[in-house]
Amino acid sequence: MRALLSGNEAVARGAYESGVRVAAAYPGTPSTEIVQEFSRYEGVYAEWAPNEKVAFEVGIGASLAGVRALVAMKHVGLNVASDPFMTFAYTGVNRGFLLVCADDPGMHSSQNEQDNRYFARFAQVPLLEPSSSQEAKEMVGVGLTLSERFDTPSMLRLTTRISHSKGVVRLGKLKDVPPGRFARDLKKYVMIPGYARFRHPLVLERVERLRAYSNRTALNRVEPGDKRLGIISSGVAYQYAKEVMPGASFLKLGLTFPLPDKKIREFASRVKRLLVVEELEPFLEEQILAMGLPVEGKRFFPRLDELSPEIVAEGLRKAGVLKRQSAKRIEVPASATLPRPPVMCPGCPHRGLFYALNQMKGIVLSDIGCYTLSVLPPLQAIDSCICMGASISMAHGVAKAVEKAGLQEERPVFAVIGDSTFLHSGVTGLMDVAYNNGNVNVIILDNRTTAMTGGQDHPGTGRTLQGEETRQVNLRKLAESLGIDRVRVVDPYDLAGTLEVLKEEVSVRGPSLIITNRPCVMMEKFDPSLVLCVDPELCEGCGMCFRLGCPAIAPGEEIPSRKGAKTRRKAVIDATLCRGCAVCEQLCKQGAISKAAK
Amino acid sequence: MQKSRERLHNILIVGVGGQGVILASEILSDVAMRSGYDVKKSEVHGMAQRGGIVSSHVRYGPQVLSPLIPMGEVDVLLSFEMAEALRWLAFLSPKGRVIASRQRIVPPTVSTGLARYPEEAEAILDRSTRGPILVNALEMAEELGNPRAVNTILLGVTSRLLELPLPAWRRSITERVPPAARELNLRAFDRGRSLV
Repeated sequence: MRALLSGNEAVARGAYESGVRVAAAYPGTPSTEIVQEFSRYEGVYAEWAPNEKVAFEVGIGASLAGVRALVAMKHVGLNVASDPFMTFAYTGVNRGFLLVCADDPGMHSSQNEQDNRYFARFAQVPLLEPSSSQEAKEMVGVGLTLSERFDTPSMLRLTTRISHSKGVVRLGKLKDVPPGRFARDLKKYVMIPGYARFRHPLVLERVERLRAYSNRTALNRVEPGDKRLGIISSGVAYQYAKEVMPGASFLKLGLTFPLPDKKIREFASRVKRLLVVEELEPFLEEQILAMGLPVEGKRFFPRLDELSPEIVAEGLRKAGVLKRQSAKRIEVPASATLPRPPVMCPGCPHRGLFYALNQMKGIVLSDIGCYTLSVLPPLQAIDSCICMGASISMAHGVAKAVEKAGLQEERPVFAVIGDSTFLHSGVTGLMDVAYNNGNVNVIILDNRTTAMTGGQDHPGTGRTLQGEETRQVNLRKLAESLGIDRVRVVDPYDLAGTLEVLKEEVSVRGPSLIITNRPCVMMEKFDPSLVLCVDPELCEGCGMCFRLGCPAIAPGEEIPSRKGAKTRRKAVIDATLCRGCAVCEQLCKQGAISKAAK
Repeated sequence: MQKSRERLHNILIVGVGGQGVILASEILSDVAMRSGYDVKKSEVHGMAQRGGIVSSHVRYGPQVLSPLIPMGEVDVLLSFEMAEALRWLAFLSPKGRVIASRQRIVPPTVSTGLARYPEEAEAILDRSTRGPILVNALEMAEELGNPRAVNTILLGVTSRLLELPLPAWRRSITERVPPAARELNLRAFDRGRSLV
């Protein structure tokens, strides 16, 4: 059986075929679909954990209990999970454990483009890098086998281009992996200093055994070709290099930590010139240089952004090994290239909140989610975004700095954070605000889903990954038990009401929590009776409604202007896009906006 | 010229989040796989879905390496939107063809005066590409009874430029669209085919 699978779907399939029984994740582009897809197989358990650290620890527990486990996260998710990761690398496993980590070179949907291959080296665990969906599926099985054979967690590193590219995959049968039993082994699993000291040398010895394996395995293979040029590559970069330079000799690496030193030396001795083609950091290059081999890489290929066939070709030209010039390209005048930044959806409940918040002229520390798009014009409503959960603690830091250093700062301090992000890692920040009495106004944009990644459930939605009903976090009670006395709920579609609450809370010193109550518009059923329209007789083209940045509102007919005055255009509402939130209606001074259906 | 069977085929499908670009590329990839080719398809999810730019690379042939089509090697550029067709022209090969829906999706950056919509898109396509095929796909889909049929109309047009067997197209469309929309989509596909 063949199927067209994305890298993520292939990982899920590989996990199923390899007998993985427990998988956990927190959604994050480009890794989200892995556990989502895995959950559809029969006889497996999969869950959304509140964050990556929790997901990782659930996986450790399953491995210790005696079943194969998989945890999946995006690159920055591993920052959160790195605490259990670093020490689990000491204890090792009972049954196979695979960490699947999806990097995002080019930052298609991320705040940085860190190269997580260094994490595998940091923890001294085997690192697998697939270059296609088929390999992604196979390497899941290999990673789990290595995990058990070498008593180590294994790491499978994907990138956006692998996770979200589809390719033909041969499907296999489910492997029978009999479960074990919970392993009581105090000196192995209880990492008190005295026992951890015994484990660390085993980690180093394990790496040497893995290195020997790395030299033997067909995952690291030589593809003989022209002896004048040898290319060492891994992941999707291998595909680009092979496509551009099919005649060269290749050392295609699938297991990139520990590196196959002997194989690399032998390959280097057989070619006249040695190049490394790799995405992001010089991870392979530096290690090969440290082996004393004359290798070149980042002199010709960028450390920034994701690679592409043309960037690889350009690098090979710079290196003087590719003579063929690039194909002639059609040029389009820059004036004809339309910027089209991502925007909040029509009817998005965040829009009204941010419009009201802008009236407060505060300092706004934001978090990670759809609402981060409020940084773009016309709203430009936030001042910062660093990582998941950072908004509240950063706001607390701002407020304390202002207060204690006596800064000349009259502006109120706000933190804005989504419900999923709040439960991920905002709770402890709020605890700090309550505990240390920060003068911070925290706004939870509670749209009852993890919207940015496509709408996944979380502990606040009342549903599991499988869509089954479950317990639901009560945000108000949670905040109250943390010690937040002032908790207010606002309807972000009601501009005046929201603004009033914001003003009241700012006027009170100390912590406040404001929760918005409208669900994500993508989760709601479309109600055509709510759709709005503009009365062209009444519209004067003042442009107030344009200030919301709603994709459903567009400039229409031009209004004849007096000489020298700026051209005005009447607003038009696209009935196919409008969801009837009516925030624009509240802004229209002419009363030109009303329901289309009378 | 190499025989069609032995050569690599590159199709770039582009548009705006929510237009159905991904479904169209799913169907095309499926047709190519059914027809016995190696296939790769690549796109970026995430932020792009929020009314942003969406592109999907589809490649098929005896063996596909890079999931991304190199610039200047696209055989068919299928665009669901006029301004988006211009954005990706650098990917088109000198012999490549453009198929574009005449639909315009104006982003809020235009209403706030931060950008201008390239009204001259059609003229640029006429001037810089060989025989662009421009289709009033949205109007046609509405005539057929559902604006969502735009993508199968455009696939119908595309199918005329690719040598993939017709039964495979019909089967993939049947399997990939919701049962209630099957008949409409097959009609839309035929409508698209009748345009070239």
